[in-house]
Amino acid sequence: MFSGLSFNAAPGDVLQVRGANGAGKSSLLRLLCGLLPAARGSVHWRGRAVTPGDAALATDTAYMAHAGGMNGELSVNENLRFALQLAGGGASPAHAAHNDEVLQRLQLSAQRHTPVHRLSQGQQRRLALARVLLSRRTLWLLDEPCAGLDAQGDAAFAQCLAEHAARGGIAVVTTHHAIDTGTACTRTLDMDQLEPHAGCPPDHRP
Amino acid sequence: MSRPGMDTLQRIDATAAPRGAGSKGWRRLASPLAFHAWAGRALPWFAGLAAVLAVAGLYVGFVVAPTDRQQGEVYRIIFIHVPAAWMSMFIYLVAAGHAAMGLAFHTRLSPLMARALAPTGALFTVIALWTGAAWGKPTWGAWWVWDARLTSELILLFLYLGYLGLVSAIDDPRRADRGGAIVLLAGVVNVPIIYFSVQWWNTLHQGASVSLTAAPAMAHTMLAGMLLMALACWAYSIAVALARVRCLIMEREMLARQWS
Amino acid sequence: MLVALPIIGREVRLASRRPMDALSALFFFVAVGSLFPLGVGPDAALLTAIGPGVVWVAALLAVLISLHRLFLPDLEDGTLEQLLLAPRSLTGIVGAKVAAHWLLTCLPLVIVAPLMGLQFGLLPQAVGVLLLSLLLGTPTLVLLGALGAALTLGLRGNVLLALIVLPICVPVLIFGSGAVSSTQQGLQAGPHLSLLGACLLVAGVLCPWAIGAALRLAVE
Repeated sequence: MFSGLSFNAAPGDVLQVRGANGAGKSSLLRLLCGLLPAARGSVHWRGRAVTPGDAALATDTAYMAHAGGMNGELSVNENLRFALQLAGGGASPAHAAHNDEVLQRLQLSAQRHTPVHRLSQGQQRRLALARVLLSRRTLWLLDEPCAGLDAQGDAAFAQCLAEHAARGGIAVVTTHHAIDTGTACTRTLDMDQLEPHAGCPPDHRP
Repeated sequence: MSRPGMDTLQRIDATAAPRGAGSKGWRRLASPLAFHAWAGRALPWFAGLAAVLAVAGLYVGFVVAPTDRQQGEVYRIIFIHVPAAWMSMFIYLVAAGHAAMGLAFHTRLSPLMARALAPTGALFTVIALWTGAAWGKPTWGAWWVWDARLTSELILLFLYLGYLGLVSAIDDPRRADRGGAIVLLAGVVNVPIIYFSVQWWNTLHQGASVSLTAAPAMAHTMLAGMLLMALACWAYSIAVALARVRCLIMEREMLARQWS
Repeated sequence: MLVALPIIGREVRLASRRPMDALSALFFFVAVGSLFPLGVGPDAALLTAIGPGVVWVAALLAVLISLHRLFLPDLEDGTLEQLLLAPRSLTGIVGAKVAAHWLLTCLPLVIVAPLMGLQFGLLPQAVGVLLLSLLLGTPTLVLLGALGAALTLGLRGNVLLALIVLPICVPVLIFGSGAVSSTQQGLQAGPHLSLLGACLLVAGVLCPWAIGAALRLAVE
């Protein structure tokens, strides 16, 4: 698939992965979250090497694939509730208020009880993003999160990404166009050239 | 929202993991390429041994061994049937052993050995069933009987076919290897259960089955003939498995070169 | 085991949205059980003799045809990846999915089976043993079937699934129908039922781990 890739990411980093179709962007994300084993090389998280199925990595990661991870028959609320229960999230009133706020921001409040297969592609993408937001994870691995989003959705997503970085989270995002995350330290990784070039001086940690 | 620790790091290191340094002796053969060379040298010997033993066994079985009092000449099929049946079960156990090694120790050669052995095992199972039917017709008057051994042989054939079907249907070599290993191991747990369970089941229906080992006590020449044929099948299996595993090793090497 | 309840709840909710899918195994079970008397003829003694075997084969086939619903929808909509990435024990998640599948697929079979047993003219105590044998045996069938489904997940065609699952399910079939046949003939069913229990224990311990490993392979 690809080889000769090496990079570090620190809190607050947003890494945008670009490349032609088939360059291996999705595979890179799957490698990072532990779904795909590396033929050569290793992935390290918090200073430790991780293997597929590593619990520590799983607790810190939120992965959004091409498929949203939502079941078409269930409603938005039911899907989110299941995803959060799976992730170990709580169902307290404080959480409920936060959930409402996130849905509001992503313009899904009105579709709370709609089965997911009746939502448009952009709405399904926003729902997947809502799940990532609500899971409160440090590391975001997002595969083409802007696919099918309208301008409003793009803006909302960029804002979410910027806030995540500001809170000290890390995001690795595959995308076809540059996402403006404001003041967040953004780097671009071009899979076609396999040479990470910095958008601002990267923060090296030993 | 709490700030994650300052030591948060994530790194993919693309430096190639060093290949296992060449160890002495048998351990060296764990490397597919070294095994490929060794197998190429060993192959003609096993093939020759198989030919010699087969000729000797068939001679003893069809010329030297005396005519059976009860069954006449047709009993001579035992010299093909019994060794084939023994090998069919033995090869399955060996393949399952390789599968377990591959899963536990991640050796690269083990799944390939299992894949190389399985078709020969399936072939022997078919031979055992076929010759069994050919023997059954003149002696029992029936081509097929739901006897303990026949049924378990049939199930064994399906286990082989399931394994071969799975490994050939999956393109990704790693998934094929490990998935196939799981199937083989699921079947090996099954084999003694099938054999004994059908026996227990049949004992409830008295008189429904005839045991194959009710053959008369064997003359020494008959036993010798069977053992020679069994050894011939064993040598043949090894020769064919070595040839097949060489092809598989080459395939995997080419696949690996494509990606590196 | 906290993860079991949300997973089982979700499966039940999904089944209630698509009841025809969920009940297809039951319909198939009843259909196969009814076709045999039609095909074989009304000879009561013959039907009683083949009854246990027919009911058990029908149960096995019903489990087989329901297996595609176990993991394939989750693979297609991406839920399987999220399950694999969840910070929970994969064995627990797999166990919950298999348990939910058993509840939705096999529990209706087990409830209807005594009626079918009576249809074949089995004695009341044999019908009781039929119920018990199905209760002990169908979880094993579902576990073994789930293993086959996980190994062949995403591959085209259903023949491979059947080819892998059926041979490893044969012992359960033999013990299960043997238990009922022996009761029908006035013999003890205890040994058969104990063996069924042993199969369940072995499958229950080994299968969830193997299914988890196969699912990881399928998603790579």
